[in-house]
Amino acid sequence: MSGVVYALLGAALAVILAGIGSAIGVGIAGQAAAGVVTEDPSKFAKVLIMQLLPGTQGIYGLLVGFITLSKIGLLGGGLLELTKGEGLLVLCACLPIGLVGLISAYYQGKTSAAAIGIVAKKPEQFGKAMLFPAMVETYAILALLVSILAVTNLPF
Amino acid sequence: MAVLQMQKVSICALKKDRKAILEKIQSLGIMEISKFETEEEGLQTVNTQEERNSFERNAALAETALNILQEYVPEKVSMFASLEGKNLIEKSQYIETTKQEKEILNTAANLVKLNKQISECRANVQKMENQIESLLPWINLDIPVNFQGTKSTTVLIGSISGIMTLEEIYGLILEQAPEVSGVDIFVLSSERDAMYLAVLCLKKDAAHVEEVLRQNGFAKPAQSMSKIPAQEKEELQQKIVALQQEAEECQKEICSYASDREKLKLISDYFRARAEKYDVLGQIPQSKQTFFLNGYVPAKSLNVLEKALNENFVLSLESADVPEDEEMPVLLSNNGFSESVEGVLESYGLPKRGEVDPTTVMSFFYVFLFGLMLSDAAYGLIMFLGCFFILKKFPRMEQSMKKAIKMFMYCGISTLIWGILFGGYFGDAIDVVARTFFHVEVPEGGLVKALWFVPLNDPMRMLMYSMAFGVIHLFTGLGMKGYMLLKEKKIMDFFCDVVLWYVFLIGLILMLLPSPIFASISQIPPETFPAFVGGAGKVLTIVGALGLLFMSGRANKNFGLRLALGAYDLYNVTGWLSDVLSYSRLLALGLATGVIASVINQMGSMVGDGIFGAIVFILVFIIGHAMNMAINILGAYVHTNRLQFVEFFGKFYEGGGKPFNPFKLNMKYVDIKEE
Repeated sequence: MSGVVYALLGAALAVILAGIGSAIGVGIAGQAAAGVVTEDPSKFAKVLIMQLLPGTQGIYGLLVGFITLSKIGLLGGGLLELTKGEGLLVLCACLPIGLVGLISAYYQGKTSAAAIGIVAKKPEQFGKAMLFPAMVETYAILALLVSILAVTNLPF
Repeated sequence: MAVLQMQKVSICALKKDRKAILEKIQSLGIMEISKFETEEEGLQTVNTQEERNSFERNAALAETALNILQEYVPEKVSMFASLEGKNLIEKSQYIETTKQEKEILNTAANLVKLNKQISECRANVQKMENQIESLLPWINLDIPVNFQGTKSTTVLIGSISGIMTLEEIYGLILEQAPEVSGVDIFVLSSERDAMYLAVLCLKKDAAHVEEVLRQNGFAKPAQSMSKIPAQEKEELQQKIVALQQEAEECQKEICSYASDREKLKLISDYFRARAEKYDVLGQIPQSKQTFFLNGYVPAKSLNVLEKALNENFVLSLESADVPEDEEMPVLLSNNGFSESVEGVLESYGLPKRGEVDPTTVMSFFYVFLFGLMLSDAAYGLIMFLGCFFILKKFPRMEQSMKKAIKMFMYCGISTLIWGILFGGYFGDAIDVVARTFFHVEVPEGGLVKALWFVPLNDPMRMLMYSMAFGVIHLFTGLGMKGYMLLKEKKIMDFFCDVVLWYVFLIGLILMLLPSPIFASISQIPPETFPAFVGGAGKVLTIVGALGLLFMSGRANKNFGLRLALGAYDLYNVTGWLSDVLSYSRLLALGLATGVIASVINQMGSMVGDGIFGAIVFILVFIIGHAMNMAINILGAYVHTNRLQFVEFFGKFYEGGGKPFNPFKLNMKYVDIKEE
């Protein structure tokens, strides 16, 4: 049974770490966004989009968590008997999105806040401003990819 | 796919016609006026700053009046107001209104005056309320606060800090001024840390009593009133009522102007347009009898301008191609499908002089990639229907908004198609509903089979295709660069910077195909490829690499340096690798939509069968999928933009062109119907 504990820990870490990161990131960007809206309420939609950008890591964490849960059979009802080694494999597979999600969402939040500054002063540069936070997100996507590939290709 | 060709136009006409001509050009809205930079003898510009200021002041006055109206009589605006576009009015109505400019401005001034009156009233009310507040402690006093006393008695009125009983105060006076014969103390009111007293004593004792009280913190009131507090309060309250009534009347009067709102809007637009006209008027050089006007006109609109001006005025109009070295204002012209992504291009930057307009090529990839990232048939259908409905319902929407919504409509169609290919309909909603509520045994692969394959079950395959799409996108970008170089007849550059890269990269890909790495990713055994693939790959790679090594630094005479630059350029292959890997987001975002949708369906179905279960399912379904759709449309939008801007444009496009900014009626509130 002990393997399942590790596997579940992996799923939990993916959701927890990436979720924390996104919460922090969205929080940072939200403060900047609120500041802009006090000055100019018409920019609400634009800054809201910017604020949401660091929120995706949490979703990626959820994604990996969910795939992991269904992989170990926790959702279907047929929980797999995993050895300790197998459980640790699942845990390792979950780590990329957990850790990268945490840190990238934090920095994406900061970048979003800066991009919100661009929108505040030059709203017509919205397209360019959006690119900077999207650059940070690339690395969360790469981590997500490795996590998904690892979890789905585990040999059980 | 084109940047519209511009013509440089110079007009020379009689000075007496200048206002009429400018008005005509302004109403046509097809000419960008350029500033004269060189000064010529005999020509001078007229200072119109004063007129401009006065028009701008009038526009601002109308604006202020509108704001006041909005405050007291808010205009009902629907949620979709921003989609509806500006009101269309007849030209005759516009002219009619502008004739009444004096009266309308009077109305505006009146509104401002009334508003000022209301704020004065409110300030006064506030002041009086403060006065009443300070009267309250004395309200039990039935003599005026500044009452001195009778013939032989004195009244001392004031407050004392700290709380004491009446006996304690009497005791204090007895103790510290034993010679006082008699004193009578009334407590008017007491607060947490102060008491308000009226002390009655004989005139001869007054000094002693006051001395004792003062030592214990007695102070006379700050304001002395000659009226009895209660009476004073009554009067103040009456004044407040009167002021409030006045404010209300002003408010009513403001409300009665509500019907003038449209006129105020028109007049505000009118004065802004005039201010702009005078701005241009102040820039054009004039001689004694004539004036000159330079600018740019799109070549296809040139005859419209010529006809309109020649019909009405005596003037000379010359047009010529814009010289090679001069920056030309950019106006894009694309077909109905491709113009929808012009907004995306504009947010990156319009094409510079000499650059190709990438809109058409981009539009296909944009819609293709967007759909691939969202890839859910139901979401796509909702997007398409929603945008289609908005486009039909609000035909007079602002142009840029219309383009954006049209873009999302096309993206919706693409999402629908990809959804059918990948078998996503609200994720796995069909299977979940069938299993939970109809107890149908769901076969492997779902009730509605994916037309192609399910990415979640076969992520490696999807990853491979994502990268393949990426390679096609990037190669197209490189091809665009080649096209631009050929157009400029730079054959050598075309061969070295484009063809050699193609050779090198295709060689690398061919080498990769039969390798074990590719086999492990794609599950395609290396034997599938004929043996010559790997060999040809090697040859192409070596030829390409050598070519790049020797040719990239060709601008340099020094052979060593040339080789070093070539080697550095070869190093760019890592850039290509990271660009291709970047397309793995196509897989990640596609999976994100599908998996979160299934999580929502699963959550909804947890309560199980029955009425209650169905209600919970429907609630979770609606809220969950609405959120999932919103967040994934945002994701798809952001990342499609990124793939276009960073990966695709990185290969060939710089941007930085100046947008075409014609001299026109810049209306904020209305559009005028042209006859």
